[in-house]
Amino acid sequence: MPMCAASISAKGGPAVADPLLEVRDLNAWYGPAHVLQGVSLAVGPGEIVALVGRNGAGKTTTVRSIMGLIPKRSGSVRFDCADLSARPTHERFGRGLGYVPEDRRIVPGLTVRENLVLGLLAARLGKAAEAQAIEAVAQRFPRLGERLGQEAITMSGGEQQMLAIARAMLSNPKMILLDEPSEGIMPALVDEMADLFLDLKRGGTSLLLIEQNVELALEISDRAYVLDQGRLVHDGSSADLLADPTIRDRYCAV
Amino acid sequence: MTLDLIVAQLFTGVALGAVFVLLSTGLSVIFGMLGVVNFAHGAFYMTGAYAGVFVLALTGNFWIALVAVPVLIGVMGLGVERFLIRPLYGRGQDYPLLLTFGLGYVLIEVVRILFGTDGMPFETPPLLSGGLDIEGLGYFPAYRLFVIAMTAALMLGLWILLERTRYGLIIRGAARDPEILSVLGVDTRKVFLLVFGLGTGLAALAGLLAAPMRSVNPEMGVAVLIEAFVVTVIGGMGSLLGGAVAGMLVGIVVSMTALWMPEMSEISMFALMALVLLVRPHGLFGRGALAR
Repeated sequence: MPMCAASISAKGGPAVADPLLEVRDLNAWYGPAHVLQGVSLAVGPGEIVALVGRNGAGKTTTVRSIMGLIPKRSGSVRFDCADLSARPTHERFGRGLGYVPEDRRIVPGLTVRENLVLGLLAARLGKAAEAQAIEAVAQRFPRLGERLGQEAITMSGGEQQMLAIARAMLSNPKMILLDEPSEGIMPALVDEMADLFLDLKRGGTSLLLIEQNVELALEISDRAYVLDQGRLVHDGSSADLLADPTIRDRYCAV
Repeated sequence: MTLDLIVAQLFTGVALGAVFVLLSTGLSVIFGMLGVVNFAHGAFYMTGAYAGVFVLALTGNFWIALVAVPVLIGVMGLGVERFLIRPLYGRGQDYPLLLTFGLGYVLIEVVRILFGTDGMPFETPPLLSGGLDIEGLGYFPAYRLFVIAMTAALMLGLWILLERTRYGLIIRGAARDPEILSVLGVDTRKVFLLVFGLGTGLAALAGLLAAPMRSVNPEMGVAVLIEAFVVTVIGGMGSLLGGAVAGMLVGIVVSMTALWMPEMSEISMFALMALVLLVRPHGLFGRGALAR
């Protein structure tokens, strides 16, 4: 586990001793609208952390800001002992920060295999190593394995979601930001996905999970942050939040 | 009307079409990737021809010019993207359109100042000055055969680059969704830069190849830009195959109309465009879904 020499001490902030991801005082604007107002959060190595809240609370904006995709933003993002606040998006990925966006972003016109190869580009593997990595995905996700040559956007929503997650996993990131992975997916597949997330955690990968399905998110996560109107209103262990419905009813009811 | 006259005119049309193909490919790739309607493309074509005159005067070797010109003007294209167009991304399509429109005029004026307003002679390279005489079919000038072969080889090379290599996958991916490519670790700014350089290099090469066939003067890119747009629209914006087919089609239609109805040859390509758009509003091979 990394020990950052220059880590900021957690004064009344995130309850993580040695965080992998540490976000401080994140602010973001869409035009004049101040949509994120001082969000601070942290995720430790091998931890699953849920980020929950109503529609429009700022969850997607938070992860997009962490990836450097919101042009007008302020605040600091430290990841794996490096300050990424001013770094471009592709460098954040290079540091081991994966991201599965809300709308999956399967590239149209490309096959399943080509979409997977996109996830390997930055690794600059040789042809053989690349084929091996794709084969490993095909083993782990048989549904994708059967459709490698098919145009990816012709698959079902659930299969596309699996593809988006597999694509983000291919480079073995230290952490993956997942935005609404269970949205519009049939229940059987949601269970499969939850198992996959727990598998990733066991393998040492951290996850920051945005979910509309709050029950699911709290069941598989270690800790949770509750976001409302661009501010954090609560953080604590997921088990506590699961046991105490008052906060959930107040901030997470759709 | 004899067969050899028709064949000769058809052949002229294919050679003309080859230049259109090169020109519209650059235009189409730049639009498909960067969303930039490049109004300076005709000026890059013209500077390609003038760079050819310059390199030829310096070295006296057409083959050196054939390599040096696309590289020189391509590097100029890199500079244009990096310092003029990049600051305009995310501001809407009309900003780069206006910028390249103005840049086209600046380039024409610079060439007028440097080389004068009169045209320049451009000799056919000696090695290619002969021709192929096929009994009963006609005479085919070697230079035009060379232009056609060169274009075919370049298009094949470009197709292999785009469809069979990882660079091609990056380009195709970034054309559809640049954001997801940056999320997956690709520096899309670099991709945009190189694609613009490639497009300008192709325009310059088209200008150089056209120089011995058409006259070299500062305004040579003005009409050809319109022709290239027509080809791109007929073929379908952003489609490589479409540009190749449409370029040939326009070249042949223009030169065949010149044979039968010379007064109509100027507008024949627009008639063709109108006809194609009536049947296929996105062009022959356009999918219409590429525009973001």
